[in-house]
Amino acid sequence: MSFAETIIPKEHLLGKTLPDLKRIAGKLGLPAFVAAQIAYWLYKTNIQSYDEMTNISKKVRLLLAEHYELGVVEPVKVQQSEDGTKKYLFPVSSHKFIETAFIPDARRNTLCVSSQVGCKMGCLFCATGRQGFQDQLSAGQIINQLRSIPERELITNIVFMGMGEPFDNAEEVMKAQEILTAAYGFELSARKVTVSTIGIVPAMEVFLRESKCNLAVSMHSPFDEERRKLMPIQHVYPIKDVIDTINCADLGKYRRVSIEYIVFGELNDTQKHVKELARLLNKTRCRINLIHFHPVPNVPLPPTNEDRLIEFQRALNEKGIVTTIRASRGLDIDAACGLLSTKALIQRENGDF
Amino acid sequence: MNSVESKPNVKFKSVSILSNTEISPNVFLLSFKRDFAFKAGQVLGIAVSSNDDARLYSIASGENDENISLLYNIKPGGKLTPNLAILRPDDTLWITVPFGSYAGSDEPAYWIAAGTGIAPFYSMFRSGLGSDKVLIHGSRTLDAFYFSDELLNDFGPRYVRCCSQQEGEGTYHGRVTQYLESLNNLPEDQKYYLCGSAEMVVECREILLSKGIPFSNVVAEIYF
Repeated sequence: MSFAETIIPKEHLLGKTLPDLKRIAGKLGLPAFVAAQIAYWLYKTNIQSYDEMTNISKKVRLLLAEHYELGVVEPVKVQQSEDGTKKYLFPVSSHKFIETAFIPDARRNTLCVSSQVGCKMGCLFCATGRQGFQDQLSAGQIINQLRSIPERELITNIVFMGMGEPFDNAEEVMKAQEILTAAYGFELSARKVTVSTIGIVPAMEVFLRESKCNLAVSMHSPFDEERRKLMPIQHVYPIKDVIDTINCADLGKYRRVSIEYIVFGELNDTQKHVKELARLLNKTRCRINLIHFHPVPNVPLPPTNEDRLIEFQRALNEKGIVTTIRASRGLDIDAACGLLSTKALIQRENGDF
Repeated sequence: MNSVESKPNVKFKSVSILSNTEISPNVFLLSFKRDFAFKAGQVLGIAVSSNDDARLYSIASGENDENISLLYNIKPGGKLTPNLAILRPDDTLWITVPFGSYAGSDEPAYWIAAGTGIAPFYSMFRSGLGSDKVLIHGSRTLDAFYFSDELLNDFGPRYVRCCSQQEGEGTYHGRVTQYLESLNNLPEDQKYYLCGSAEMVVECREILLSKGIPFSNVVAEIYF
């Protein structure tokens, strides 16, 4: 192995947008149409090597291989739930892994992708948050979660609700959503792609302006003080500012905004919460998704109370806010909301403490 | 709090740097004249060009100090800090208005920090909120206890330095998490403020909860 190979790992082609690929073609002295050919092989097929790019000359394939890795990585483990949900484990680098959940149901097949290894946000109720933050994912590593599973052709919806806070990795997430929805890419309808955030306002503004995909916001409490205790981000980007940002955006006719709300029994499911949610969301075209809290060991938050959950939904619907209850899927393999974690696989690095 | 990346829709204003000093290997204290009010514990968005993304840093100076100071470490390959570190006095820095609600109070409390996470607590201390506080600071090396002379002088035994990789006089040899584990009878009715990396915050929070501290008394600020 040469010195250069040791020091500088090759970039991956997977995750490059068409304009990126055109720049790469230009840099390598290749005609611009090669970029579209590469995009076709990356995003429309499941080839595993440059040799399979049969409409590209061998000379060009060798040139590409000399400078770039393809970036396709197979999952190393899959677990299947009794309800059909599958959880895939992908290696990102040595000792760093991410999880991806495939959630089939009668009407759609959803893939829940990760955007980071771990998460920096430290939300009290989240298993991913408890493993801390290990790394950002590249757009290629995000896209690979769709490209490298056997159900690839069956996927109808993508949700960025796996490990990590997507808008803490906004640049790569923006590239990934472009590739998912572009004609040169996976050609999913933007209405079938949802990016979920806890509300990092500056990145949300960019997303609302530059993407057409759906937005989900994790709220979990409409009250400043209560939300701060659950989600440290509230100190910096209060939920009121997050909602104001949505209200100021041009959502067009079809773009969907959903408010994700984990229901903790007798904590955030009171009449007071119904009233404040109605007040806060008064001008917001959105719906609320109520989510069961799946207890995480040593997290001092009460599980969802089923009767209260249904009453809470009814009260919100009565206030005119379309409110649904999300079915919990993949509980037996820890694939459900808030349970993804690769903490056990992390080799501890020296932190600042 | 450090750094979140994204194009801000925020208004920058320019300030002239007074000093930008390496106070420990790869850790800098940058200062400029204060011409605005803020609350101790708040953050500023900063950039080296008005076209850049804003990154957030806790203010590391007192509410009444003449200058605003920011404590940062160089992140290799980062978009901001390598460029920030080469700025000299009289160079321009772009800043947002201060914001955020990670505020201290007069009540007795524990301030628990790691690395540059000391910044908001130093700001609170400089703003007159240091009495009745226990300050626990974790770092890897002995040269990373920023402001320690001043803090030792004021806090005395209420200032605990936990050094994980080196032994030193007057310091606890171990991680801040190990130190917390060793404490018994922590008051359940006091607030525990945490500031550091996500790992530090979640591990400290878990220890505090296991010792019976209600989650409503754990106030976390994270680097991101």
